[in-house]
Amino acid sequence: MALTPVQHQTPAFTAAVAAGAGALFGLFVGTAQGSGILGLIVGAIVLGAMGFVLTGMISQAKPIRWAILGIFAVLGFLVGGMPAMVLGALFGWFTGWFIFWIATSSYRKRLPPYLTPGQVLWHFSFRVICGAIFVFLITPILVVMPLSFNAENFFTFTPEMLRFDPAGYSLKHYRDFLSNDGWQQALWNSLRIAPMATILSVGFGTLAAIGLSQPHVPFRRAIMAILISPMIVPLIISAAGMYFFYSRIGLQGTYMGVVLAHAALGIPFVIITVTATLVGFDHSLTRAAANMGAGPVTTFFRVQMPLILPGVISGGLFAFITSFDEVVVVLFVGSAGQKTLPWQMFIGLREQISPTILAVATILVGISICLLTTVELLRRRSERLRGMSPS
Amino acid sequence: MKLRNLTALAATTALCAPMAFAADMADEMTIVSWGGAYSNSQIKAYSEPYAEKTGVTIINDESSAEAVAKLRAMNEAGNVTWDVVDVVAADAMRLCDEGLAMEIDPDEHLAPAPDGTSAEDDFGDLLVSDCFIPQIVYSTTFGYRTDLVGDTPPSKICDVFDLEAYPGKRALEKRPINNMEWALLCDGVAKEDVYDVLETEEGQEQALAKLDTIKDSVIWWSAGADTPQLLADGEVVMGSTYNGRLFSVIEEQDQPVAMLWDAQVFDLDGWIIPAGLSDERKARALDYIYFATDTQRLADQAKYISYGPARASSAPLVGQHAELGIDMAPHMPTDPENSKNTFLYNYEFWADYRDDIDAKFQAWLAK
Repeated sequence: MALTPVQHQTPAFTAAVAAGAGALFGLFVGTAQGSGILGLIVGAIVLGAMGFVLTGMISQAKPIRWAILGIFAVLGFLVGGMPAMVLGALFGWFTGWFIFWIATSSYRKRLPPYLTPGQVLWHFSFRVICGAIFVFLITPILVVMPLSFNAENFFTFTPEMLRFDPAGYSLKHYRDFLSNDGWQQALWNSLRIAPMATILSVGFGTLAAIGLSQPHVPFRRAIMAILISPMIVPLIISAAGMYFFYSRIGLQGTYMGVVLAHAALGIPFVIITVTATLVGFDHSLTRAAANMGAGPVTTFFRVQMPLILPGVISGGLFAFITSFDEVVVVLFVGSAGQKTLPWQMFIGLREQISPTILAVATILVGISICLLTTVELLRRRSERLRGMSPS
Repeated sequence: MKLRNLTALAATTALCAPMAFAADMADEMTIVSWGGAYSNSQIKAYSEPYAEKTGVTIINDESSAEAVAKLRAMNEAGNVTWDVVDVVAADAMRLCDEGLAMEIDPDEHLAPAPDGTSAEDDFGDLLVSDCFIPQIVYSTTFGYRTDLVGDTPPSKICDVFDLEAYPGKRALEKRPINNMEWALLCDGVAKEDVYDVLETEEGQEQALAKLDTIKDSVIWWSAGADTPQLLADGEVVMGSTYNGRLFSVIEEQDQPVAMLWDAQVFDLDGWIIPAGLSDERKARALDYIYFATDTQRLADQAKYISYGPARASSAPLVGQHAELGIDMAPHMPTDPENSKNTFLYNYEFWADYRDDIDAKFQAWLAK
């Protein structure tokens, strides 16, 4: 469905755009191989030339695209075997599509006719920038996942892995995680500390948020600032302060000490999310409940709590993740008996770069995704209940 | 009646005697070490047999890298939670000077050798500090990729500085210690003059100038696990690290890597007991140390990791690797074949010059 009638582009225009894309690819490939500048120039020349030539051959687009795909796949195979062939084929497929997409002006078809060339350029630049941000945020996380199935004890893509040879992959690092005493103790400690810290943060945080939302409380802003401060003060400072304070009152190196420290870190998240849900809470409901004879406690549990529950739960999830992922404070406040998963990973990275860390990281990423999905679903539900359409 | 009383009394005494003995010592202790394969070797060789013998609960902490800072903080907070701490000799000296570690008399607190030699003579020169009980001799030395060095593998320390014969990256530790000595040695300074030259401003310049020739090809490491990872990746052609790490890469992980023992630098690792423990915990810590540093125990550790025992009397007892079944003696840094040309970490020199040379080295790195 074409919104705008289009004409084929001139060879010069296609060549220029293709050269730009080629330069970008060349920069990455070249940097990885040792010379960014060289890669940039070669990439620009190759794609530029292809763009120039192919603009005249639009009628045979289909066979030419297959030919490009094949040529790049073969080139890749000659350079680096199987894995490079796959990459070459992907690159060839993209190049062929991209050049004809530009040359036939297909990119313009779906956009409204009144856009200026500048607006069209921005339309696509914006998408490229968003894509690049995603790539740079997510690739480092994705890279560790296949490495966690490595059959060797190093953070290395072995030749077997790159050939997709099953012998290069193994679950032994997951087995190590499940059978090693150190990791199991750390997992057990994390599972003992995080829920307890979450319960405390949710309890105190919710009460604080409700109290601070009452207009008659004196020094509301000051109290709020103090309660939020663990989120703002650099963690290492809170940690050192807690260490000396807890040492003096005998909490350092105890289970309770770590739980309290993590609860303090989690409270700000609960306060912020619950305060946000309380903004949409109609206080005449509590007055109505009181009018019908309910005490403040009954009102809270029967009227207010169900309505602000999504905020409480998402705050609780953030508090849980904070405790579960926290390494600095536990290194200070805990002792070896309270060694949590992040602590074990931290030591493991320093002393022994073992892919077991990656296996654990992969599992934790999975857990985090589940938790955040839950938060998002709750948020949508809460908006639906309050009559807003989920955005 | 009388007889029955007597029996009862005897029975109570018999029951109480071991209990009274145990009550003098804490029944839980925290042992701090480096983690990884090294901690494992200690747990297998010392802690498990000790726990079996005494029934004590042992908690393993893996914080030796921060030991000095943490012991200072614990001391300031008045809450020392560690009982026995594994540190390198240089850290032990600092802790001893600051009064954070307890002084230990080897002849009173340590077991004599099986032939009756006193502990002091058995450890000999390795007792470098009053607070420090040496446990192993390790060395910082080079490993290289056998598949990336061509037909003539490197055999001399100066091959590290030879970019023509061995092109490619090399991994060096991000600190002046060892690197400065190696640089001077390969710049024509005689081994016995190295520290005399390094004392002088010009000597330090000379060492840095030599390092300058390979600076562009160096990847700097700071954790012992870095070089093995870089070697396994093929990211570097050769790199320095602790010999036990290289042993693990070569024998346990089967990587195409070999050792370059020339001009390896020996250093010591061992136990200290923090100052300011309660009497019960101190008694427990001393009892553990007595057990863990006797001749047999030190030799046992070498079954799990290729570090040389610190007692002279342990060397002949070094046997085979517990899992691989290979003879460990040829993998020890102290083996005659490997120790033809060695340094011993110069504690006095580096205590005096470390801050100064560190500053110059860091400035040079940033250039």
